Amino acid sequence: MSALDKDTVKKIALLARIEVPEEKLEPIAQDLTNILTWVEQLSEVNTDGVAEMTSVADMSLHLRKDVVTSGEQPDLVLQNAPDQADHCFLVPKVIE
Amino acid sequence: MTKLTNLTLASARDGLKSGEFSAVELTQAHIDAMSAHKDLNAFITDTPERALAQAKVSDAKIKSGDAGAMEGLPIGMKDLFCTEGVLTTAGSHILDNFIPPYESTVSGNLKNAGAVMLGKTNLDEFAMGSANVTSYFGNVKNPWGSNVDKDLVPGGSSGGSAAAVAGELCLAATGTDTGGSIRQPASFTGIVGLKPTYGRCSRWGVVAFASSLDQAGPMTKTVQDAAIMLQSMAGFDEKDSTSAPESLPNFEAALTGDIKGLRIGIPKEYRMDGMPEEITKLWKQGEDWLKAAGAEIVDVSLPHTKYALATYYIVAPAEASANLARYDGVRYGHRAEGELENLDDLYCKTRGQGFGEEVQRRIMIGAYVLSAGYYDAYYAKAQKVRTLIAQDFTNAYANCDVILTPTCPSAAFGIGENEDDPLKMYLNDIFTVPSSLAGLPGMSIPAGLSEGGLPLGLQLIGRAFDEETLLRVGGVLETAAGFTAKPSMIGA
Repeated sequence: MSALDKDTVKKIALLARIEVPEEKLEPIAQDLTNILTWVEQLSEVNTDGVAEMTSVADMSLHLRKDVVTSGEQPDLVLQNAPDQADHCFLVPKVIE
Repeated sequence: MTKLTNLTLASARDGLKSGEFSAVELTQAHIDAMSAHKDLNAFITDTPERALAQAKVSDAKIKSGDAGAMEGLPIGMKDLFCTEGVLTTAGSHILDNFIPPYESTVSGNLKNAGAVMLGKTNLDEFAMGSANVTSYFGNVKNPWGSNVDKDLVPGGSSGGSAAAVAGELCLAATGTDTGGSIRQPASFTGIVGLKPTYGRCSRWGVVAFASSLDQAGPMTKTVQDAAIMLQSMAGFDEKDSTSAPESLPNFEAALTGDIKGLRIGIPKEYRMDGMPEEITKLWKQGEDWLKAAGAEIVDVSLPHTKYALATYYIVAPAEASANLARYDGVRYGHRAEGELENLDDLYCKTRGQGFGEEVQRRIMIGAYVLSAGYYDAYYAKAQKVRTLIAQDFTNAYANCDVILTPTCPSAAFGIGENEDDPLKMYLNDIFTVPSSLAGLPGMSIPAGLSEGGLPLGLQLIGRAFDEETLLRVGGVLETAAGFTAKPSMIGA
């Protein structure tokens, strides 16, 4: 594969919502390129007609009853919130 | 007189039952050991008062004949299990103030069985690492460093649990294993580490890393202890949709000591180029021990072994990037300090500050391999190779009952080594990752010492939901190896 450049790393970082300082972009690009080049070896494996694994264990997922099992606990839900008011999570202004 | 911290789960259980000592005495002995060996940095949070209160309750239950299967036995809890009212960090700055209002199923099961929690053990951040050097709360030291006068890694990610058990700060500890995080540290510290079949232990309330791989398991001093602890940890849980609706066998009863006629598979692909002679030798020795005990040795082939690591390093980061999207600085955990312009700024700064380097690296790899235009080339491809890796094992088990391999390609290394290149660190898990990808149970058993005097483990890999055979063979291997060496820091 071709090496990742700084702009691509910037794009990935935005996708991942991680702020990366300018001076870190280059070393990260290098690291990611090395890892992606290394995983490229999978292209040697013939996977024609092979199904993607979708379940590790040989079983189907069980269903549970469609009933309400908890709720009405706003204090518990908000217990670890960094900022809150009137049983709501507070965030910075969203409208630009 | 035997020190109370020298005991195993089994012998402590007997001692409590016969009234030789109380749960409070047993717990206090371990609390004292924890304070005496703070330098190992094995625990992130100590909970001595809570432990002593629990022990008091246990003593009453033992007296009244209501003892649970692990009543009064002091253990460490990997800080990845949510524990009600007790700080749960996942080794990360982003969760360094998180106090769960609920209890994970596995820690709750142990609590219900009467186990006494001494504290929360250190780990690689979000269980991502093989040396316990990525924790926000600092490196963990391997107790065996005292034998060679050098700071050694305990392995990872369950490094705190491994160090605490090997250093006799607790009788046993919980671990979690995604690509080797129970077995590799067990090998590095000379203890037993069992990763059960995927689905055997509930993942509910365990901080998620890679959901199709994560599995909780016991880290103990003996194989019998692993059986005892697994019994209390495992079981169907409605709250985890991938939890297996299988009934639990009596794991301890599986330790019959009889492996006559069992077929032990030796996969030729695990003979890696450049593998140290001492590892090859120990592996052969393990083969001979099992043969002498009446087992039959058969050659098996797992042809896609060499692609397991690359597969893992696509699948695990992809799942991690999705799982760790929840850390947004809004609902719980760390929120970025300083001026925040808008919601995206809050997310980006919170996650930039809150996640360490390795976690950021894996989230970005995951985001990339899942992104439009790359999904098929990376993620879909990896999931296909994963199918082939699982098929390899199915084919091998047509000719054998259990597979024997080394646990790791080396003994514990020094803190600071292998850190210049993430790929070098990833190689630690070369023997443990394939069975993780296939969801199979695996166990590391201390089998010998390296030329440098450090513990080396052998790994057994079993069929899905056949932990019993694993434990049975493990018991025989343990007896034959007779591994009695201990870290010198423990003292006489």
